Amino acid sequence: MLDVNETTRVEMDWSGPERLQMNMGPQHPSAHGVFRAILGLQGETVVDVDAVIGYLHRCHEKLSETLTYAQYPSIASKTDYVAAMTSEFAYVMAAEEIGKFEVPRRAQYLRVIVAELQRIASHLLWLGTWCMDMGGALGGGATIFLYCIREREDILDLFEALVGARLLYGFFQVGGTRYDIPDGWIEKCRATIDRIDSRVGEYEQMLEDNAFFLARTQGVGVVSRELAQDVGIAGPLLRGSGVNFDLRKNVPYSSYADFEFTVPVETAGDCYARYKVRMVEFREASGIIRQALDKLPSGPISSRPALKSVAQIRIPKGEAYARVEGPRGEVGSYIISDGSAKPYRMKWRGASFSNLSILPHIIPGHKVADVVAIMGSVDPVFGEVDR
Amino acid sequence: MNADQARASLASTFGIDVAAAVPMVVSVSPDRWQELGRHAKEIVGCRFFNFLTAVDWKEQGLEVVARVDNLEDGVSLMLKTKLGPGVSNCASLTHVYRGANWMERECFDMFGIHFDNHPDLRRILLEDNWEGHPLLKSYAVDTPHPPYR
Repeated sequence: MLDVNETTRVEMDWSGPERLQMNMGPQHPSAHGVFRAILGLQGETVVDVDAVIGYLHRCHEKLSETLTYAQYPSIASKTDYVAAMTSEFAYVMAAEEIGKFEVPRRAQYLRVIVAELQRIASHLLWLGTWCMDMGGALGGGATIFLYCIREREDILDLFEALVGARLLYGFFQVGGTRYDIPDGWIEKCRATIDRIDSRVGEYEQMLEDNAFFLARTQGVGVVSRELAQDVGIAGPLLRGSGVNFDLRKNVPYSSYADFEFTVPVETAGDCYARYKVRMVEFREASGIIRQALDKLPSGPISSRPALKSVAQIRIPKGEAYARVEGPRGEVGSYIISDGSAKPYRMKWRGASFSNLSILPHIIPGHKVADVVAIMGSVDPVFGEVDR
Repeated sequence: MNADQARASLASTFGIDVAAAVPMVVSVSPDRWQELGRHAKEIVGCRFFNFLTAVDWKEQGLEVVARVDNLEDGVSLMLKTKLGPGVSNCASLTHVYRGANWMERECFDMFGIHFDNHPDLRRILLEDNWEGHPLLKSYAVDTPHPPYR
């Protein structure tokens, strides 16, 4: 019989060469989708990370070769389903550039309005889920999440009134937009962004006065300016690392040249810097929407004639790369046309794919709990990573 | 370096004509691919790695395309190299741009292009036992994949 007093206890010494491999995901609440990180651990410290992606892969690039320029825009919204408007935007811009399509001014304004509303909705979802990831430290965690979802609902209501859909829109078409704004929409939109604007200040107070929040974000996941450019991360991540680059400002497309706004830049490169950039972007986005509503021109919303067949839009031989500043950074569509009704080749530059590829460079050296904070600050959408 | 200087420097180093366009398209032979990447980064100052992909031109073979940007001066380069019929090997840009790592893996996954000296060349989006490379024009959209289809 075993004498209980004689059982030997093995002391685990994690300072030695022992390593533990831990799977984080594919089903993990902080992954914001299906993502598997194989973490090599030494004690609580991550020493290496192998990112496994592709669980949501649908091969949009092959799919787009089988769909015409009239059909694909509404499918494009399924790449980044949290910011569906931006991917549609990039695709139709690339087709318009090769085909030299005229886009009416009213359509250009409507495009900017929905893109900026989408930015607010996407940032709200990011803020809510990120704060919930960091959990208990933030007063139960779910508080901010529910606040953010409440505000995001209002924007989805606006989209529903405009398009009839809440998540995947099909608002864009080559040559303009498919829908015009209904009666009373402008007033509703103004009221919504005013309300959200006033509440963003509340979130800032809740978070920035919270010592736990600061401890978990400041100095965590630092991306240097050099690394940021070398890996090609974009959007709030790039601007959080001290690079002053925003496509809306540097390469104005659509009607962005008509509006006044500032581009927030932070130099620290950590999770907190990326948070700060996005919080300013909330207000800049609503500023742009207000200006666009004030100056909204009248006239047609599309230069495209009514279609008798889906293969009616043909664009000449050529290639173009069109890019827009989405909530997660540069979303680009590279189309090569052979003169038919479908692209010969279409490449998606998904912002989330490039942004996610920074993880193996910044995670090693951090604790396991920080992986969650860093992942959330990158704001990946796996529909866009895997395409 | 501004666009005109970049054009002159690329034209003289690689002995090619570079048209003044946005983005500037620079086509070189595969043996100078890595040198082109280095030149773009260090001389032209395109430190931002945007994307890398490939195009299947059927009987003319594969073409690798990469885009890099100089964010400060607003210069954008579209780097291209035609691998030639039947060739599926290409020099890797990973040692010039770290962002090329995942992009080249995706390119290998989708087109079967082997990037020499890539530190970690394996499939990234599809599973490891997948047969074929979907973005090749010879790969039919409805290729059967038991037990799924």
